Amino acid sequence: MRGDAKSMTVLSPRSGAEALKTYAKLPTALPIAGGTDLMVGWNLGQLNGRAVLDLSRVREWKKISVVSDGVDLGSLVTHTAIQAHPVLRKRFPLLVAACATVGAAQIQNRGTIGGNVANASPAGDTFPALAVYEAVVRVNGPGGRRAIPFSEVFAGVKKTTLKPGELIEAIFLPFPDKTPTRGVFRKVGTRAAQAISKTMFAGLIWTAKNGELEDVRLAFGSLAPTVKRLYAAEAFLKGRRVNDVSIAAAAELLTNDVSPIDDIRSTREYRLVVSRNLLIAFLKGEVK
Amino acid sequence: MIKLTVNGRKKTFGGAPFTRLIDALREDFALTGTKEGCGEGECGACTVLLDGEPVNSCLIPVCQAEGRKVETIESMGSPEKLSKLQAGFLACGGAQCGICTPGMLMTASAHIRTNGKCDDKSIRTALSGNLCRCTGYQDIVKSVIKAAKDKR
Amino acid sequence: MSVGKNEPRRDGPAKLTGRALYLDDVEIPGCWHGVTVRSSVAHGRIKSITYDPAFDWASCVVVTAKDIPGKNVVALIEPDQPLLADGIVRHREEAVVLIAHRERATAYEAAKRVKIEYEPLPPIFDMGKSDKIFKSYMISRGDVDAGFAAAHIVVEGEYSTPSQEQAYIENNAIAAYEEDGILVITGSLQCPYYVLKAMKQIFNRDETKIRIIQTVTGGGFGGKEEYPSMIAGHAALLSLKAGRPVKIVYDRHEDMAATTKRHPAVMRHRTGLTKDGKLVAQDIEVIMDGGAYATLSAVVLSRGTLHAAGPYECPNVRVRSKVVMTHTPPNGAFRGFGAPQTLFAVELHWEKIADALKIDSLTLRRRNIFKLGSTTATGQKLLESVGVEECLQKAVKNSKYEAKRIEYSRWNKNAKNKTWKGIGLAVCHHGAGFTGSGEVYLASRAGIALTRDGQLIVLAASTEIGQGTNTMFAQVASDALGVPASWFSVETPDTHKVPDSGPTVASRTCMVVGGLVSRATKDLKAAFEAEYGRVPKTSADLKKAAAALCKDAAARRFEVQYEKPPDVTWNDASYQGDAYGVYSYAALVADLEIDKLTYEVRLNKVTTAQDIGKAINPLLAEGQIIGGSTQGLGWALLEEPIFKDGVMINAQLTNYVIPTSLDTPPFDVILVEKPYSRGPFGAKGVGELPMDIPGPAVAAAVKHAIGRMIPTLPQTPERIAKALKP
Repeated sequence: MRGDAKSMTVLSPRSGAEALKTYAKLPTALPIAGGTDLMVGWNLGQLNGRAVLDLSRVREWKKISVVSDGVDLGSLVTHTAIQAHPVLRKRFPLLVAACATVGAAQIQNRGTIGGNVANASPAGDTFPALAVYEAVVRVNGPGGRRAIPFSEVFAGVKKTTLKPGELIEAIFLPFPDKTPTRGVFRKVGTRAAQAISKTMFAGLIWTAKNGELEDVRLAFGSLAPTVKRLYAAEAFLKGRRVNDVSIAAAAELLTNDVSPIDDIRSTREYRLVVSRNLLIAFLKGEVK
Repeated sequence: MIKLTVNGRKKTFGGAPFTRLIDALREDFALTGTKEGCGEGECGACTVLLDGEPVNSCLIPVCQAEGRKVETIESMGSPEKLSKLQAGFLACGGAQCGICTPGMLMTASAHIRTNGKCDDKSIRTALSGNLCRCTGYQDIVKSVIKAAKDKR
Repeated sequence: MSVGKNEPRRDGPAKLTGRALYLDDVEIPGCWHGVTVRSSVAHGRIKSITYDPAFDWASCVVVTAKDIPGKNVVALIEPDQPLLADGIVRHREEAVVLIAHRERATAYEAAKRVKIEYEPLPPIFDMGKSDKIFKSYMISRGDVDAGFAAAHIVVEGEYSTPSQEQAYIENNAIAAYEEDGILVITGSLQCPYYVLKAMKQIFNRDETKIRIIQTVTGGGFGGKEEYPSMIAGHAALLSLKAGRPVKIVYDRHEDMAATTKRHPAVMRHRTGLTKDGKLVAQDIEVIMDGGAYATLSAVVLSRGTLHAAGPYECPNVRVRSKVVMTHTPPNGAFRGFGAPQTLFAVELHWEKIADALKIDSLTLRRRNIFKLGSTTATGQKLLESVGVEECLQKAVKNSKYEAKRIEYSRWNKNAKNKTWKGIGLAVCHHGAGFTGSGEVYLASRAGIALTRDGQLIVLAASTEIGQGTNTMFAQVASDALGVPASWFSVETPDTHKVPDSGPTVASRTCMVVGGLVSRATKDLKAAFEAEYGRVPKTSADLKKAAAALCKDAAARRFEVQYEKPPDVTWNDASYQGDAYGVYSYAALVADLEIDKLTYEVRLNKVTTAQDIGKAINPLLAEGQIIGGSTQGLGWALLEEPIFKDGVMINAQLTNYVIPTSLDTPPFDVILVEKPYSRGPFGAKGVGELPMDIPGPAVAAAVKHAIGRMIPTLPQTPERIAKALKP
């Protein structure tokens, strides 16, 4: 354990406003929410001498509010709290399923949705679900409040589009206009629990009574520097009949939007073949 | 000064606020029952209960435990009088080298306390954040099922 | 009375309540923290070591090779491994400089301020390309060429197994200090006398001036067999220079990257059989990767070689093996010690033979398996305690193996099913105790002490590392004397208190050392009968008897030394004879399912029958079997150290994945007891046996499921997907 506690400066704001004020004055401070990611680096001695902005006392960012057009998740809401909320379980089941795969109980009890997003890992477990639910990331900072569509919040590996001094206040999940016909979240990890994903899929599909696809949203994580919506495949499928031919064609378009790699966990080849399999199975209605 | 409750007692921590909870417990409060296995939040040997929830104490700066309730293995039984859960582990072979055992027991006790389901799958899921290299888990699961059933 | 009962683990209550003191829990007043500066190149000459002048070096203690008073060697088998690199480094993470400071964080900061410049030398990473051989063996029986000439069919196969990390949950941890002129070393370790032997050479002291004490140890699995000697030397150097206690506690990633792991291996089989599948010739080649220094490679290779032909009778056998140097961190002991590697190959090879002969691998095994009276490849006749057929029969029956082979084949033909199913089998033998003349060479001693006030204390250097040593010793002594097990305590393994019982390895602790404890206790029993008229019946009686036997002495020790049975003969030069006193046996059936979308493997059930002679404590024995099998399953499906430029790059528990509670299946464990007349109450060995068969059983099950053989481990989804590529 190589962290040096004495070398750290700890800033402990008690409100969102205080947090933003403090952060604006010292934008090099490291925000810490649940700490499940930051502390790993700290234990390795990589963050000695830094200032940390401890957000754990900002109560107003711990709330889950159900409003008329969706659910507002405070950025400090934990993965455990998300899984327990009845409206989230009913209306946003893919996010609930994703939170259940984050590490294990100990991590879920501490890790937060805002921390997950701010960390911007290519393998962020909640991102495919947030992508297909078209979440909105509500940030606040020196320039005031703004709402970043989820598709615009990541700039690259471990990089968000947040400006200096900006903090995530909440993630808003809009209720879809129409309830999806089907939705699936599937994480393929290195083992059955406490796994980093090799590939990760979230899909929502709306089919009309005549078998035509009204709308579809498909997202993969761990296949690119950031989570990816399969815009090419989605555009192709909209308005078409869902059959073996259209599904096969859509699967071909997977590689238009993702760029998996070989790394210590898996291979490009495996990621591609499994992602294709999941996509096809989802479109066929064969995976739950 | 950081005030927190540890095993039912009010404690004050006067060291650096970013000291990890595990170090505050082991070094400042002389509660060495909580163990460090990885520093990554993977092995769960450092599991304590924070307001009743299992957490990895190697990933928590003590300033974030201010005003909260921490429970460690030292709050559970004694060698002369084991708790039901500990007695179950002894009877069913739930501990071998013992290094994962305090963390395992804390997670298991939280599961039982919150009336978690006591079937094989639910217990394995509850314990999936506690790695054991000695037992292969089967005897641990048996120990917990026994204790969970005894509770009802 | 006690043997055969599930006496509760005596170290249980302390461990269950968090009171057991592992090294990092022990309060050592004034103790400083020691850290290690390690090589950043795999092979190179050290050009310079510079210390950042901006750092306050006066607040630290710094140690290099020139501070070593005696030999700069970690004594083991060959004197080739330096305690600290001197002028040249031969692997990544080799220790070069040691630093101690009062504050742990500052010690690590100091380590960052040491700059070592190297002149790089060409490294060898591929064991196939290395011509530096640490050791080689050949076993020869009959005439393999004649055997092949007469064979109906010849089947060839090549198999490989990767390294494996022990991943004990307690990282390596050692403290050193000087007390009354004695260098005391205490910590997490398996073999106190190995550490003692190493310290004598480094510090030019004899055993009266060095004391090694084991603390409660959080897992070893072989990973703490010899490596603690290295850390002990480091901690002691720092401590002696600092004039105060120093402890070294490794980080997880440091422990994984720098310390010993399982030897990677490649096995080539050429097998000749008759038309109905009887073995007529086995020609086997084995290459193992020893890493940069010899350490235990000669012995790992020995055990691997002696198990390479499997538990089968074959008239013509040749095994040629070698272990070579590569510029990687030295490999060492890990449960199984060479046998899991070679048994993987011989067992999986049956599946290839089965395809060629169109006879199923279970039938093939039944036709060739060891029986009472069989002769091994080294010419050893198995005269007793051969339970392998019973293990095979019970595992096959309980798992419904034969019916499921048919049922799953049918299932796999249906394209509509979402999974493929497979069930696979493996069988093994595992020699208990040190190979050949090893036990004679060790000349182990153990004993029992009776104090004047009536305490009975088992004296052995064998360490409790989770397997139940202390509980087992008490049960063995209990039945040897005929009194309750609770009357016995077990002395801490402290080289100033216990004799050298040899290392806690090689599945010898119960059979060999337990055997010595039993003999010593019987000597005590004879003394009670001769001098007190009877064995005491109550605690009060014991106190009186103790006073009678001890008289003026504070205590009386009854100590015995290992005696080789006269009819056991072994020739080290020709590698012929009785390789082991006896073998334990096991059979395992793995029942699994593979997801057609993701190629992920889910184990549904594992059934295993293991012949361990006699289960002194069935619950503890079962714990060893399930735990060891789980490590084997981890190696079979999940675990693989990944090397780049000679160092492990997935040296974190996040990326080196061991099984969680959700990765392990239900186990059905069947204990088979074919008693061994020379083991205490019939006991053989159990510690390593379970490691040998999950690998090949899983590989065979995967082959059954997907119709392709993957001749290596782990059987990952990536390899399965690749095997299925059209």
